[in-house]
Amino acid sequence: MADQMIEVKEIKLTAKDFATDQDVRWCPGCGDYSILAQVQRSFPDLVGIKKENIVWISGIGCSSRFPYYMNTYGFHSIHGRAPAIATGVKVSRPDLSVWVAAGDGDLLSIGGNHFIHACRKNIDLKVLLFNNRIYGLTKGQYSPTSEKGKITKTSPYGSVDYPFNPVALALGSNATFVARSLDRDTKHLHEMIKRAADHKGLAFVEIFQNCSIFNDGAFDILTDKKTKDDNVLVLEHGKPMLFGANKDKGIIMDGAKPKVVEIGEGKHRVEDVLVHDENDESPMLATLLAHLTDDPAMPTPIGVFRQISKSTYDGDVEEQIASVKNKKGEGDLEKVLFTGSTWEVN
Amino acid sequence: MPKEKEVQNLSEVTVRFAGDSGDGMQLTGSQFSDTTALMGNDLSTLPDYPAEIRAPIGTVYGVSGFQLHFSSNDIHTPGDRPDILVAMNPAAIKKNISELKPGAMIIANTDSFDRKNLQLAKYETNPLEDNSLEGYEVYPVPIGSLTAKALQGTKLSPKEIARCKNFFALGLMYWLFDRPVDQTMNWIQKKFAKKPEFIEANTNALTAGYNYGENTELFNTRYNVEPAKLPKGIYRSISGNEATALGFLAASVKSKLPLFLGSYPITPASEILQYLSNYKNFGVKTLQAEDEIAGITSAIGAAFAGNLAITTTSGPGLALKTEAIGLALMTELPLVIVDVQRGGPSTGLPTKTEQADLLQAVYGRNGEAPVAVLAASTPSDCFNMAIEASRLAIKYMTPVILLTDGYLANGSEPWKIPHVNELPDIPVKFRTEKEGFAPYLRDGNLSRPWVKPGTPGLEHRIGGLEKANTTGTVSYDPDNHDLMINLRAQKVKNMVNDIPDLTVDGDMEGDLLVLGWGGTFGAIKEAVIKVREAGYNVSQAHLRYINPLPKNAEYVLKGFKNVLIPEINLGQLSKIIRSEFLIPVKQLNIVRGLPFRVSDIENKIIAILGGKE
Repeated sequence: MADQMIEVKEIKLTAKDFATDQDVRWCPGCGDYSILAQVQRSFPDLVGIKKENIVWISGIGCSSRFPYYMNTYGFHSIHGRAPAIATGVKVSRPDLSVWVAAGDGDLLSIGGNHFIHACRKNIDLKVLLFNNRIYGLTKGQYSPTSEKGKITKTSPYGSVDYPFNPVALALGSNATFVARSLDRDTKHLHEMIKRAADHKGLAFVEIFQNCSIFNDGAFDILTDKKTKDDNVLVLEHGKPMLFGANKDKGIIMDGAKPKVVEIGEGKHRVEDVLVHDENDESPMLATLLAHLTDDPAMPTPIGVFRQISKSTYDGDVEEQIASVKNKKGEGDLEKVLFTGSTWEVN
Repeated sequence: MPKEKEVQNLSEVTVRFAGDSGDGMQLTGSQFSDTTALMGNDLSTLPDYPAEIRAPIGTVYGVSGFQLHFSSNDIHTPGDRPDILVAMNPAAIKKNISELKPGAMIIANTDSFDRKNLQLAKYETNPLEDNSLEGYEVYPVPIGSLTAKALQGTKLSPKEIARCKNFFALGLMYWLFDRPVDQTMNWIQKKFAKKPEFIEANTNALTAGYNYGENTELFNTRYNVEPAKLPKGIYRSISGNEATALGFLAASVKSKLPLFLGSYPITPASEILQYLSNYKNFGVKTLQAEDEIAGITSAIGAAFAGNLAITTTSGPGLALKTEAIGLALMTELPLVIVDVQRGGPSTGLPTKTEQADLLQAVYGRNGEAPVAVLAASTPSDCFNMAIEASRLAIKYMTPVILLTDGYLANGSEPWKIPHVNELPDIPVKFRTEKEGFAPYLRDGNLSRPWVKPGTPGLEHRIGGLEKANTTGTVSYDPDNHDLMINLRAQKVKNMVNDIPDLTVDGDMEGDLLVLGWGGTFGAIKEAVIKVREAGYNVSQAHLRYINPLPKNAEYVLKGFKNVLIPEINLGQLSKIIRSEFLIPVKQLNIVRGLPFRVSDIENKIIAILGGKE
């Protein structure tokens, strides 16, 4: 057969190659469209990952329909369990690139336990959180990321729940890559998806996603031309934390507290401003940045909060197997069965 | 010189070791069992311990027991009532006295019969002295102080010395039943390889116990139990949990699929996870998950990725896995779920045995969710059924539940070890051809193709939403849903052509068939043997496949005037049999967290055959 082999050149895939024949059934104006588009656009650029080696796993919720729209291997599972299913896929098949698409209810409420443990174990998963701060598929109940006081169908007098800060939760669970982006900032989102793909270990990306039906405009302040510059702090490694249309605002430390100051003559100097260090071994800076979001007087950071290098669970499992095989030799069932205290009956 | 002791031949003996949960009774019992197995006796064991790891010392509820029935004949149960009780403290007598055979021998550690321990056991007076044990043969042995004496001069602390007394008791029992101490000596050497002082102390305690029997005037008789006439072969003693683990290891080897176990520790199933975590050199991956749900869902992920995927649990864990079992069924992935049943409901009796998860296994899911259900009948049968469950799951691309129970899991028996080449291969076919591929195509068994992610050109999506047959796209079509519901059910029904017929021990028709399932096999078998010896004609059949039921099950059952179903639940198989075959059945249901006593089944059979029921 060798003579019949044809030299096949690697053909560069395009976004279209990652689209399926299924009609996308999200509501008009849903932020999920933008996320899907950016994923499909960035995937052809992923280095060293073949399309057939990509697996998308989801749970339940609007965003969990995601795998149906990606022409890769996909598994639309049950509510909250995507990280656990993805764990099984990745640990049993470390050669696969395993992605999780999850909403805020799916990942942080019913699936919270799986999420924190996947982070803790540093399983090499890419987890995209589509955070719209509402339950969409069940038609508008408050979620674990809804702000306190939010009026929804199940909180007509205002929600009394305190919300989770997903970035802080991921950092607290020792995720090795933690980032945030916006559905409407397509360039930034594209970049974050690629950064997550390149990370070896659990990569978590919180994406603020607009639900046009039940929580429309939740992130307008971060996406509207008029307000975004004053409210979004774009984190860049090694760069001072400046924001504002003219980059005339910055974050400085006032004792142990971050503070917004104005930069310019007679004001603060750029040199005074905090410089971002994604790779800091200590989670202190990243955690501090994560909590800026909790304070309405502070800008909301987007970008990579933290990226550290640590061995992965799935990699360590492989290594352990190799080392035991090396020590004991390949398993021999006959030997195992007949090992121990045996006796013969004649 | 001590006088020559008389040797009495016995055909079978039931011994129970009992003491505080920290007294090492499980160890003593299993050592005695291993040596007895090496001596060639048939045997069956029943560990019976409290859920508390170190329950308050001296209390009745803190008593841990290990029962062993061994014989020169073929036996099937750990014995109804012990002939001998080794009681390390008063509570051990209090707890066990009512279960002993009349005239049973009691070897009591007199050192622990002080005021405090008597009070803790709620004895007003010392039972060894107040004649309350009249009718039993009581042997008072100061086990504690004799151990201390034997270990004089060691570096061990008094507390550590006290912990060696179980080896003294074991040595004495070895002497009494004329068994060699070598096996245990070797075990001690290995176990304490890094602590030579413990090797010396435990060895000395064991020897001292043995020599005490030889030299004391207290015992005049030794007992001899000849080896049993078992079929030729090489044997080992095996517990149900170990057999289950080895069965899956074998299924992995015979299917050439890597084994993935996702599990969360739960009594009495944790040992399967523990055993399998040893076999890294087979490429076995064991994932100790964050919870029961992650245990099964990680296994589902592994099944999707092309592994022999299993999850192990006990009743409460099976309840938590329920939704995910439905997902495995809906996505038509092979998965084996092991439920080592324990006393329920809720937390129930974690360390005790029960058969009350049968209906949960067969029916306990939302929607029409038929799942194949298999049940192992003896500790060593767990090996066979683990392989069977794997084979059926793979062939029919559907989840299979394997039921064992606490008694099977912890109990042990001699196992004639099969050679690997005697075990059947498990064929596996992964689809790689692109041409004509669709994720829900059907083969002759109605199974859909299994595709490993990573296969170029076969990228597809599965999920818990209803799928269109063949194409696998999400479908809300009413007729398609009806079709898929029936297809999934038919796959399980098709297994009927792939499982053995129900065999009958005894006549194929008659007045009474005793029908059992799962871990009650031994007790029913022994009861049937006994009533036959008493002149009755009774047949026995035992179900290892419950969903689907064997093809000939209805025919077999209809051959008898009466069908008796003994179960350690309130009649769950009885319900299934009645509803499947519309035949009346008689029930025997005793739910004490313990295996059936043979006599309970015997009495019921005789009552039915005597026309009293």
